[in-house]
Amino acid sequence: MGDEEDTGKPRVLQMVRAEGADKSCVTFVLHNEDHTLGNSLRYMIMKDPEVEFCGYSITHPSESKINFRIQTKGGLSALEVFQKGLEELTDVCQHVLSKFEASMEAYKAQKDVNME
Amino acid sequence: MAAPGGVEEMRSRVVLGEFGVRNVHTTDFPGNYAGYDDSWDKEKFEKNFRVDVIHMDESTLEFDMVGIDAAIANAFRRILLAEVPTMAVEKVFVYNNTSIVQDEILAHRLGLIPIRADPRLFEYKSEEDECDEINTLQFQLKIKCSKNPQAAKESSDPNELYINHKVYSKHMEWVPLGSQADNLNADFRPVHDDILIAQLRPGQEIDVLMHCVKGIGKDHAKFSPVATASYRLLPEITLLQPIEGEAAERLKKCFSPGVIEIQEIKGKKLARVANARLDTFSREIFRHDDLKTLVRLARVRDHYIFSVESTGVLPPDVLVSEAIKVLMGKCQRFLEELKSIQRK
Repeated sequence: MGDEEDTGKPRVLQMVRAEGADKSCVTFVLHNEDHTLGNSLRYMIMKDPEVEFCGYSITHPSESKINFRIQTKGGLSALEVFQKGLEELTDVCQHVLSKFEASMEAYKAQKDVNME
Repeated sequence: MAAPGGVEEMRSRVVLGEFGVRNVHTTDFPGNYAGYDDSWDKEKFEKNFRVDVIHMDESTLEFDMVGIDAAIANAFRRILLAEVPTMAVEKVFVYNNTSIVQDEILAHRLGLIPIRADPRLFEYKSEEDECDEINTLQFQLKIKCSKNPQAAKESSDPNELYINHKVYSKHMEWVPLGSQADNLNADFRPVHDDILIAQLRPGQEIDVLMHCVKGIGKDHAKFSPVATASYRLLPEITLLQPIEGEAAERLKKCFSPGVIEIQEIKGKKLARVANARLDTFSREIFRHDDLKTLVRLARVRDHYIFSVESTGVLPPDVLVSEAIKVLMGKCQRFLEELKSIQRK
């Protein structure tokens, strides 16, 4: 399987479901990603009490993609959980960014006061 | 503070024992601990999370990030090393090189020189793209070595005998492309003026043209914006019993300077932990059989002491902000992809 779709656009995301499995067990293939997104997203999704299992693996060192597996309890859609995880991770980043920039600003202001 | 041996300790501390490190992994997931609600709580996170800036100058930044998991703190560190873009020399056109440095070695050395140019002003250049003002920065290095006619006859000092015999990064000259020169703020040059690129002897010359492009450290280390980006967990040292007299003096010597302080109370010497942050965990304490049972060494699981050293391309605080934005961008990329799949 090539990394190019028919349209010539590089692949970003694929969803693989085993034969006979329902929508609660899905393996997502995230192209061009590694532990950076894999582990932080796994953490966010594991925090969801509706998730039975979440894990990822790097298929091969020379392939830049990860297999990201989600299994949910009670027939909840794995796709929804995946989406929720991404949204929550975005919120976390947003909060970290605003707190970091506020602290940086305060530090610089304090430094200027000390200089005078 | 978490009591030794309890559930709270298992959840919030990494314990450094004599024969191994305990409670290394994050375990606070829903269903793991009875009586705890470990599901994701945005409000709780936002209330507990904080960032304290300890020190910053032009190239280094030290700050504490408290109330976050290793998975996310590590993502920021990994992105700082490998995914925050910078500009670096990618193509070298050698018109003449009669120095003893071979063309490919010279090209490699030029690639590693940090270029002071804000990568946010540029776009990535793909293989098919033509070089233009938005994706490429051009530099020229044209230098020839000659004999110094004013040199004293008996001199053997190369600095006196030759002119231009040392080629430094300051000799790299920016050649504006298209409208780049119209921007008055534009001042593109190497971060350091005194990086030695090659040495020449009279008659030898280097004449090369360089194209800098935007790239990330994952592709080549020359694009990495940091010299180092690392974190450590905040140390926590707990004295389980009062330690007095000669034992207190010995305890003090087991740790880095400033960690243990000795107080004089009613003529007795009493040890006290003054500043655990300074400790490096040398494990010297485990060589003292009488002391090792009286002290607990641990690290606070969610307290990250980040240290970021920029190469000088961008200030270190900007690099951290950019790294956080990169992680957000990754999430957005997949959220958009999900949207387009659902539309189909």
